[in-house]
Amino acid sequence: MGKYQQKTVMIGGGILFGLLLILAHFKMIDLYVQSVIMFIGVNIIFATSLSIVNGYMGEFSCGHAGFMAVGAYVSSLLTVVLFTVDKETGLSILPASMSLYLFPIIIIIGGIAAGIAGLLVAIPSFKTRDDYLAIITIAVNFIIITALNNMDFVGGSRGYMGMKKVIYGMEGVFKFPYMLFWVITFAIFTVFLIRRFITSTYGKGIIAIKQDEVAAEIMSVDTNHMKLVAFMFSSGLAGVSGGLFAHVIGYVNPGSFSILKSTEGLVMVYLAGMGSLSGSVISAILFTILLELLRPLQIFKWVIIPLILILVMQFRPEGLMGDKELSDFFPKLKKFYKFK
Amino acid sequence: MLTTLLQNIINALQWGSFYSMIALGYCLVYGVLRLINFAHGDIFMVAAYIGFVFVGFLLKFMPGSGMYGWLVLAITLPVTMILTSMLGVFIERVAYRPLREKGAHRLYVVITALMVGLVLENGNLAIFGASSRKFPEIIDKVVFTFGGVRITNLKVLVIVTAIVIFIFLQTVVNRSKIGMAMRAISYDKFGIPLMGIPVNKVVVFTFIVGSSLAAIAGVLFGMSYPVLDPYMGMIIGWKAFIAAVVGGIGDIKGAFLGGFMLGFIEILIVSFFSSNLKDLIAFTILLIILVIKPTGFFGVAKSTKI
Amino acid sequence: MSLLKITDLTQRFGGLTAVSDLQLNLEEGGLYGLIGPNGAGKTTIFNMVSGFYTPTEGTINFDGNVINGKKPHTVTALGIGRTFQNIRLWHDMTVLDNIRLSQHYHLGYSVFEPFLRTKNYFKNEKRIEEKSMELLGVFNLQDIAHEYPKNLPYGIQRRVEIARALAAEPKLLLLDEPAAGLSSADVVDLIDHIRWIHDNFDITILMIEHQMEVIMNLCQYIKVIDFGKTIAEGTPDEIQKNPQVIKAYLGDEGDIYA
Repeated sequence: MGKYQQKTVMIGGGILFGLLLILAHFKMIDLYVQSVIMFIGVNIIFATSLSIVNGYMGEFSCGHAGFMAVGAYVSSLLTVVLFTVDKETGLSILPASMSLYLFPIIIIIGGIAAGIAGLLVAIPSFKTRDDYLAIITIAVNFIIITALNNMDFVGGSRGYMGMKKVIYGMEGVFKFPYMLFWVITFAIFTVFLIRRFITSTYGKGIIAIKQDEVAAEIMSVDTNHMKLVAFMFSSGLAGVSGGLFAHVIGYVNPGSFSILKSTEGLVMVYLAGMGSLSGSVISAILFTILLELLRPLQIFKWVIIPLILILVMQFRPEGLMGDKELSDFFPKLKKFYKFK
Repeated sequence: MLTTLLQNIINALQWGSFYSMIALGYCLVYGVLRLINFAHGDIFMVAAYIGFVFVGFLLKFMPGSGMYGWLVLAITLPVTMILTSMLGVFIERVAYRPLREKGAHRLYVVITALMVGLVLENGNLAIFGASSRKFPEIIDKVVFTFGGVRITNLKVLVIVTAIVIFIFLQTVVNRSKIGMAMRAISYDKFGIPLMGIPVNKVVVFTFIVGSSLAAIAGVLFGMSYPVLDPYMGMIIGWKAFIAAVVGGIGDIKGAFLGGFMLGFIEILIVSFFSSNLKDLIAFTILLIILVIKPTGFFGVAKSTKI
Repeated sequence: MSLLKITDLTQRFGGLTAVSDLQLNLEEGGLYGLIGPNGAGKTTIFNMVSGFYTPTEGTINFDGNVINGKKPHTVTALGIGRTFQNIRLWHDMTVLDNIRLSQHYHLGYSVFEPFLRTKNYFKNEKRIEEKSMELLGVFNLQDIAHEYPKNLPYGIQRRVEIARALAAEPKLLLLDEPAAGLSSADVVDLIDHIRWIHDNFDITILMIEHQMEVIMNLCQYIKVIDFGKTIAEGTPDEIQKNPQVIKAYLGDEGDIYA
């Protein structure tokens, strides 16, 4: 029953995606719109990755942007070092043609680095919860930012650039809207992976931890192991979002990954509802668009957004979707895809 | 050598006093409501700005020096305390209380607190703009020198204020009836009203005291380090807060000592290493302490009944 | 065959000695009771056996393994199942998921396989689901497999919790006040239920209970503790007549009028 429809959705989605790329390639989509789509993609990865820990596992990680920073810097460093053309020799360490297929690998490497950084919060989480863990995550965010501020070889607080040159290099080999392609691909891949994780009995262990950690431990769930996996998976994906973000903008500085960015993630996750993957996706999309719409309001943007979340907390704390998925509201969708 | 050390100690005491005062504010609210009022650092910032505006207003009528200077301070301080308390109570009433009365999950209140902080910061940014403001000088600086160690009257004022506040709080929380009520509420919010304790009144009192503390800290901070910007509360607030937790949040002496400890760590780091590394090393040390002893030095571990 | 052997078990929390010098020996296949006034230390003993607390002194030997100090999920994997005084089901997950999760240690696939969705993964998920449904069927709970515990009557929740503990195929089942909060009709059902489990599963049961009806009807051997120490042991008949036990529960004759 489901398989035929599933294939239809995948093919349909694929065609849509392809269409988008072709339009972008021939510059028929406004560059601004393209960049908004890419920011949406990055935010989808950022929000859904945070929802693993804050939503499904019920922890309170407030420093997610720190991991984004790790991914951003590691992947940027690698691409720029390997693929930027040296002014003197006119050559890069590796030819631009290799960048076409090394790029996603480097993004993933950035993610792995961020995943390892995730240990900084995973290990304390074995013994602490709630408020105390929240503080530790905030401290880790600050530590990563201040460490980056002090690393002059990546530009310190002035930031690091050169990623645009790498992209131009790739386009020189074969003209194609690479960043659009990779952001959307990774976003789909992320949601796909998270869904697979959370629908397995293995992944459900983290939901058990949220609802009753003591019972989980007694009922044979190795809670420390699950926490480790959840945190590292979550921060790893945040690193992927960071790497993509860095290459979309072409410039990173530590300040863009401060607690303010972490808060954006929190807004997206809690707006959506703590146990909903499709909610986080929708929320990321809405939030990014809202940010863009409010752009002319400049600083008031950042007064309105927190106010929105305060109102959400007052009147609908379970978020837009609670712990329901899109398929719970539109049961016909269940034929196409099973979320639970 | 010794003079530098003593000088550093004095500076650390002053710097730490601010962390302490802010940490005590967090501690009070946490002690009663088990709520980390993430907006507290920003309330401190707002207080500094309120002080700044009010002092500017008063200086139109009198000079900022000599006896008048002290008069300005004497008027500004209570006014700032009152206005800041009003803000604190307003926030409690409008944002936290409805959630508390609904029995909402603590997480929602914490998120609300974070958001309130953001509103305050960015609201300030919208009103005052991005450029920093200079807090006017109102007290004539008097410098005392003890064998090479300089200490100003302002530094003395700050340190003494912090200690006085600490003693005041210890007395109120541990010896007074309302203090007992505050401590009782922290153990059982729902059963307490049945004992005839007016929870809401006690909570309001707590917020008034906490906000007033932030106000005192804000005005004194503006006087000591005259540059104000909308994000000053955020960094200092977070650090004071972490210091409170390291000391043992929920415990007054823990918060008090935690603040000074952080002050010492930072000043020592600046004197031995560069000031760029100050934040990094301070946070790392705090993180390590938190990992080893999550409840802080004086904190009491919460045990779950299985 | 001794299944659980506890020797010289002592638990001190700071200045308070919750359990002292406890000896306990459970033979395979028995149905045992642990009773005593509130605060006597019964749940503490359970928590030590489960692995939540590390005993200050003493040894807990289960099925040939020394288990004191092991983490709870390891202890469960070794074959000890448990229920709680205040039903700790996962209320926002279906009954079926609750049963599935207690087999978490024996998933049969590695960390990466949920992501890769290998044949082995599907095979094991199917196995887990079938086993869970089968177990629910045995207790006539299959109809509520997709319900949420919070929506179910308390008596049913208790049965689900016991089923969940049994899903891990334990050799020893620890029941912590299973009759707590049940109506008298439900208690009668519970007694039958536990007896049925004992007769049909290859299992040893140790139960903490306050309701004497349950203990006296089910248990073959009872241990009475007070203030962390054993004050009596024996068959239900012997216990009912034991003056120490009567004193512990009702106090001295004189106290009633003091």
